[in-house]
Amino acid sequence: MKTLKSILIAGVAAVAFAGPALAAGELHIYNWGDYTNPDLIAKFEKQYDVKVSLDTYDSNETMLAKVRAGASGYDIVVPSDYTVKVMVDEGMLEETKPNTMENFKYMIPKFVDVYWDSGRNYSVPWQFGLTVFAVNTDKYKGPIDSLGILFDPPAELKGRINMLDDMNSVIHAAERYLNLPRCGGEKENLKKVSELLLKAKENWRTFSYDTIPKMTSGDVDASQTWNGAAYRMRQANPAIKFAYTKEVMEGWMDNVVVLKGAANIENAKLFQNFIMAPENAGLISAFAGYDNGIMDSHKYMPNGMGDSPEMNMPAGFASEFTPPCPKEVVEMYNKIWTNLKK
Amino acid sequence: MSDTASVSLALREKAERRRSRLLTLPAVLVITIFGILPLLVIVAFSFMSPGAYGGVEPPFTLEAYVSFLFSRDIFDDTLTFTPDYVLIYLRSLTFALGTTFVCLLLGFPTAYFMVTRPVESRKWWLLLVTIPFWSNLLIRTYAIMFIIRDEGLINNTLIGMGLINQPIVMLYTNFSIVLGLFYSFLPFMVLPLYSSLEKLDFRLVEAGYDLYATRSRVLWRIIVPMAKPGIVAGCLLVFIPTIGAYVTPLILGGGTHLMVGDLIAQQFGSSRNWPLGAAQAIILMAGVLVALFFYVRTTSEAKLHG
Repeated sequence: MKTLKSILIAGVAAVAFAGPALAAGELHIYNWGDYTNPDLIAKFEKQYDVKVSLDTYDSNETMLAKVRAGASGYDIVVPSDYTVKVMVDEGMLEETKPNTMENFKYMIPKFVDVYWDSGRNYSVPWQFGLTVFAVNTDKYKGPIDSLGILFDPPAELKGRINMLDDMNSVIHAAERYLNLPRCGGEKENLKKVSELLLKAKENWRTFSYDTIPKMTSGDVDASQTWNGAAYRMRQANPAIKFAYTKEVMEGWMDNVVVLKGAANIENAKLFQNFIMAPENAGLISAFAGYDNGIMDSHKYMPNGMGDSPEMNMPAGFASEFTPPCPKEVVEMYNKIWTNLKK
Repeated sequence: MSDTASVSLALREKAERRRSRLLTLPAVLVITIFGILPLLVIVAFSFMSPGAYGGVEPPFTLEAYVSFLFSRDIFDDTLTFTPDYVLIYLRSLTFALGTTFVCLLLGFPTAYFMVTRPVESRKWWLLLVTIPFWSNLLIRTYAIMFIIRDEGLINNTLIGMGLINQPIVMLYTNFSIVLGLFYSFLPFMVLPLYSSLEKLDFRLVEAGYDLYATRSRVLWRIIVPMAKPGIVAGCLLVFIPTIGAYVTPLILGGGTHLMVGDLIAQQFGSSRNWPLGAAQAIILMAGVLVALFFYVRTTSEAKLHG
């Protein structure tokens, strides 16, 4: 028995030391697909001697459903702004106090007191961006500084527009164009929104999240999209330009949070601190093309990404983060949306 | 036969029955755990109230089923009939019926062609029919997209040859949805047709011709009736998955019109109304079951009388 045990131990040790290092711990990350730089993970693993596993999801709702079901086995998830709020409200997150961490000093001050986590007791920025639209300027040469391009398009773009297949983004954009409050819920306002959408839909070709291939393959010449996606479109076709509109624009931020009762809380906290270091935040952006909310990180991004027009909103424009609408308003949105696509 | 012999026979039968029951246990367990229990969860969800951010909570209510047909006025609580969901169901039904029809129309000659080949070459034709299954549905769907888009293979070729100046719009239309569904589900039609046509006794066809039957009379009075089990199975195998199809219509249709699959997915996603989504799924399932029941009954009756 004893010999068997020692053989086993020797075997395990041999396997362990054959690798580059004996991992001191583990960290299980659940993030959006095509969003995590492998170089960042490798660097973290090496620096802290931690073995990282990565799974991916395609929407906040998918992630929420899985975490709600319990025993997901994940330590870290990366919810968007409003989803962080849901998770904080429902007590799903560990209060890791990033505001006391060493690298917190690098966080850009305007991102500290955000509505979903005022003072940053739970969350650390992963990436943030804008949801506006992009236009192929070979096909349309006029000004693109208004949401009118989507809702009342010029002749060249009629029937050549893709909208995000996203109820909230589309309805909020209509509200911004009509200068109505977000999540307002007043019936006459919603009627105006619905009428605008029904009229505009005649000029829309598709509803899809797949904006990059749709624009670069010439299926459409304008598309509601995110600034990082527009950056990637422009790499394929230099004529594609991201629009900044005079109407206020939709901002979003994905955040690194730790699940309540996670098995590897200490490693998860190390990771939160790690990604607030400018060179590591730069690595995050280098992969997916969005800004990250950490000071001085632009100089760690590849050739010209940090100074790109997509990542630098010009002066005089404004963006906003929109909290989740109340249940009754969502119900009315749902009716408008279903009626629009029936 | 003596008494003891009949008793031991009865005992043996009993043991046999117990054994066969035991042998079905794995199947029963699988069906219960992976089929019936999840279904019960969906049924239960459909009678609950939506949580503020998704999920379900008490109290129990019929609201989800009521809101399928009616919308409640937010001021005076009166109900008005709203046909939006019904229209979406009818659209899915139309696409499913259309796809089944096209599959049958083209699948039947294909299967007939296959069974009339020499026996040794039939297996190669079968292989050709099943080859598309080797790759993922999503990949096949995107491949169709590359072929038929405005700047895709067909349009670029035709424009390159100078046959047309403007691209023919094929992608993101009803045509592209039916094309995608047809391509995805054609083998489900061809294979059952093949297996029932393979059993067809071609001497009967010859006899029909000998008795001066026309070609169409032979087809409708001899071949089609004998292929009926295959036609029924093929139509069901195509119709049932297409009515709930999600990915193909979404990608090839451009997402401008909801299908039942999108509608249900939407309730579990951005609409945060799980009970409504559950109710919609159950209504779809119930509709398919009722249709199936009548379909099978009428076709089997026809067989009895025929």
